Amino acid sequence: MIDVVINVTLLAFLAITAVAIVRMTNLFAIIMLYGIFSFLSAAMFVVMDAADVAFTEAAVGAGISTVLMLATMALTKDHEEKRPAGHRPWLPLAVVIVTGAALVYGTMDIPAFGDVDAPAQSHVAPYYIEKSIVDTGVPNMVTAVLASYRGFDTLGEVVVIFTAGIAVLLLLGGRRRKTAAENRGGEGNDT
Amino acid sequence: MTHNLVLRVVSKTLIPLIIMFALYVQFHGDFGPGGGFQAGVIMSAAIILYTLVFGLDAAERVMPPMALRILASLGVLLYGGVGVATLVMGGNYLNYTVLASTQIAGQHLGILLVELGVGITVFAVMLIIFFAFAGRGRR
Amino acid sequence: MDFIIGHYNYWIVIVLMMVGFYTVINRGNLVKKIIGLNIFQVSVFLLYISIGTVSGGAAPIATEGVELYSNPLPHVLILTAIVVGVATTALGLALVVRIKEAYGTIEEDEIHKCDHTL
Repeated sequence: MIDVVINVTLLAFLAITAVAIVRMTNLFAIIMLYGIFSFLSAAMFVVMDAADVAFTEAAVGAGISTVLMLATMALTKDHEEKRPAGHRPWLPLAVVIVTGAALVYGTMDIPAFGDVDAPAQSHVAPYYIEKSIVDTGVPNMVTAVLASYRGFDTLGEVVVIFTAGIAVLLLLGGRRRKTAAENRGGEGNDT
Repeated sequence: MTHNLVLRVVSKTLIPLIIMFALYVQFHGDFGPGGGFQAGVIMSAAIILYTLVFGLDAAERVMPPMALRILASLGVLLYGGVGVATLVMGGNYLNYTVLASTQIAGQHLGILLVELGVGITVFAVMLIIFFAFAGRGRR
Repeated sequence: MDFIIGHYNYWIVIVLMMVGFYTVINRGNLVKKIIGLNIFQVSVFLLYISIGTVSGGAAPIATEGVELYSNPLPHVLILTAIVVGVATTALGLALVVRIKEAYGTIEEDEIHKCDHTL
């Protein structure tokens, strides 16, 4: 019973934080709330027995992401979202509500949360759970699956991260170009 | 922030602990929660803390950008190299069993090396990204 | 009541997903849009981990005397997805910085105005 209460409360906090992020206009507050959002989701992962995932989310989502967003905010010198006059949010709101309703309709057939006999639990997972300690001698099944059974997959992920690093270096690593405002003043010499 | 005494002292004691924790997470990932991805991020967090307190120039002396680029490629190469090594030793690509005499020992060695490659790449790429953002603000 | 508790996770996931979706499609600040994308992303993570949860199961680390474990496969998929997610977020933020340098603003409708006047 107690885990259901924790589950319900944490998820409610997550939803409230997300709605607060949408309604706010101060970017600094939004970024800080996003850090809180990440920590809450990490707590949620712990409740759902995903220790490795919680660990990663706490380090990455609440740590690195927040730092990068703050750096972007400092670079763009933009602290407030401007709400243009006469802008009506009805169309996006309608799209979101219709999509959400369709998705909720889709959940009616999903097996209940925590169901031991759900199809997701009965195909590859039992093999990993039974054999990973025999095959690899590594008690942490997540590491065994990540590095051994699905090593090829992880190789791809590492290459994706490497590529993203190169792309950021290409976009921001070079010399700083003059902004549009500065260009209007002098001659536009692009480097 | 370079003149804030409390921050300087506290971060000086914290950074070695963070690095040690990262190494623990890296090499204890087989038995408890952890692994290369987490360790790389935690390790880069230590250097990011150093950058925030002591400034970008000091951090770039500790971690030269060129070394980071080499490290990032080295991690991917280590991962792919383990695969090539297994191919040469007569197994399938990334089938670590052939790396040592017994299956368990081979798998252990393979997982250790591969996680090390992941950790190095994640560490270097996170710092490359952070330095790119931080360096952009400097005219 | 059991039905509500059994599906509550999925409904909150959908709420988060839609909040993120709304932030992305509603015109606004580009940094806020990227945060919206991140919220969407976290909702997908929660969906996967929710599907992999087994009630009464232990975390998937082999221990003596434990029979029932949660499904390790979604954990592996999401673990890598989180780190790839931060790399792509960084890429998006880098693009935002370059847009700011080129246009002088990161508000979407002002960027559109700039494009029309050119």
